[in-house]
Amino acid sequence: MYAQMIKTARSGVKSRDEMTDQEREFQDRIDRGEKIEPKDWMPDDYRATLIRQIGQHAHSEVVGQLPEGNWITRAPTLERKAILLAKVQDEAGHGLYLYSAAETLGESRDELVRLLHEGRMKYSSIFNYPTLNWADIGAVGWLVDGAAIVNQVALQRTSYGPYSRAMVRICKEESFHARQGYHAIMQMAFGTPEQKKQAQDAVNRLWFPAIMMFGPNDSESTHSEQSMAWKIKVKSNDELRQQFVDQTVPQIEYLGLDLPDPGIKWNEERGHYDFSDPDWTEFFDVIKGNGPCNVDRMQDRVNAWEDGAWVRDGLLAHARKKAARQHAAE
Amino acid sequence: MDALFQFLLRMGDNTLVLGHRVSEWCGHSPILEEDIALANTALDMIGQTQLWLGLAGEVEGKGRSADDLAFLRDAWDFRNVLLVELPNGDFGQTMMRQFLFDAWNVTMLGRLMQSSDKRVADIAEKASKEAAYHVERSGDTVVGLGDGTEESHARMQAALDYLWPYVGEMFESDDVDAAMVEAGISPDPASLRGEFDELVGRVLAEATLTIPASPYAHKGGRTGYMHTEHLGHLLATMQWLQRAYPGAKW
Repeated sequence: MYAQMIKTARSGVKSRDEMTDQEREFQDRIDRGEKIEPKDWMPDDYRATLIRQIGQHAHSEVVGQLPEGNWITRAPTLERKAILLAKVQDEAGHGLYLYSAAETLGESRDELVRLLHEGRMKYSSIFNYPTLNWADIGAVGWLVDGAAIVNQVALQRTSYGPYSRAMVRICKEESFHARQGYHAIMQMAFGTPEQKKQAQDAVNRLWFPAIMMFGPNDSESTHSEQSMAWKIKVKSNDELRQQFVDQTVPQIEYLGLDLPDPGIKWNEERGHYDFSDPDWTEFFDVIKGNGPCNVDRMQDRVNAWEDGAWVRDGLLAHARKKAARQHAAE
Repeated sequence: MDALFQFLLRMGDNTLVLGHRVSEWCGHSPILEEDIALANTALDMIGQTQLWLGLAGEVEGKGRSADDLAFLRDAWDFRNVLLVELPNGDFGQTMMRQFLFDAWNVTMLGRLMQSSDKRVADIAEKASKEAAYHVERSGDTVVGLGDGTEESHARMQAALDYLWPYVGEMFESDDVDAAMVEAGISPDPASLRGEFDELVGRVLAEATLTIPASPYAHKGGRTGYMHTEHLGHLLATMQWLQRAYPGAKW
């Protein structure tokens, strides 16, 4: 889940009395579990909220190349290098796919990219953390893609057809990444003492940022209700976070690593693991741009875009010349 | 058979080093489609490396794996041509380098499919499908940028001027090549030049670029006699984990 803190484009939930006939009909379709398709009528706020969410998700896939790309040139074996290259290629492909989904709502990729580069759109907080040792690459696949899957499996049931279908396809690849990530960190956790130390270091550093990916606690999440009513959001932040913790704690134990949070304990009564709240001050700092890598990540993306302007211009000029030549020949 | 081992290192080191260089672009290319394409190209190069160096280790018979050969040899034991170890430069230089290599690779692999050594022929057959696609893509990009704007044209001409002196080495022949020709395993590299010149000449003409007049060719990579200063830095990055934690399994 690479979209967080998506501000719904209206505050509060519209009651049936407040809705127009058209809006009521739209809400009925959603309540019946029908998918909304690009050419269907939809409320402006529904469209705007989806563009924000899908756009942020797409940006996250693209920026997410950077922390993983940080290790491609240092991958320790040819197979690991190939796996990481394939994964990063998949992420970029997800970005492309999601930008296309946003285009079905009438928003161009260029415009979304411009908003990102101007700091007016965000990407997931997780990608503002550094990857410092090779185990981080395993941990990113296992924990970060793992957290994304928990959210995205739920989003397969989202009301907007193109987004829902994108999630089905993306989840398949993310599941593969999560398994490969877990395998990579397992190799280290069961390896030499130095490798085990790296694995522990990665889990310690990435645990809280990973559980922050689900966004603030439900009590603090002010924009959820309308999104839930529209089925743009399907489960609450805390439900998803609990699901992730429940599935991940036994995996950490299997690796023989220390739990990264002393507050993690099985709660028989709830049938779930208890765990400590992350430092939400840190979360909001990262969201505001003060994470360890925010400035560098954006600078990288902006530089890539600006340095590449001559390439885009050149290819476009060539395509025009070619079309003109063809036209002249006809 | 040492000559076969050397030949296989030349093939595998080319794709290893170029795959590494291309992978350096991750997340930094001019447009998202190119990020995907470059990662895909690098992935193919690394896949071919696994095959070539895997066979090299087998032929050598000392129990060295493709990983051992990739991560535990020093610069002087690398047998790639100098062209592939040159820095990426701008996107144009990267794509021009890719095109010049692809044009050689696709020609070489086409001949190797007839190799008397079935293992070599099998790798060539698999790799040539990828190489055919690579050369089409890099060729199209060279044409698009060469025949694009004034700026893109100037940058592509500068890339060609910088890289051209490294082309000749791909067609050098020595004792290793003579032994390979003798055994029917590989063609004489010099014999590929005509086909290469035809392909490259056609694409560069369409790209409105001028091939530099000087025939001077740098060499020393495929013999390992003298690499560029760039290779050591590339290996320092690539081999670091294996060197820092000897014997660890990853």
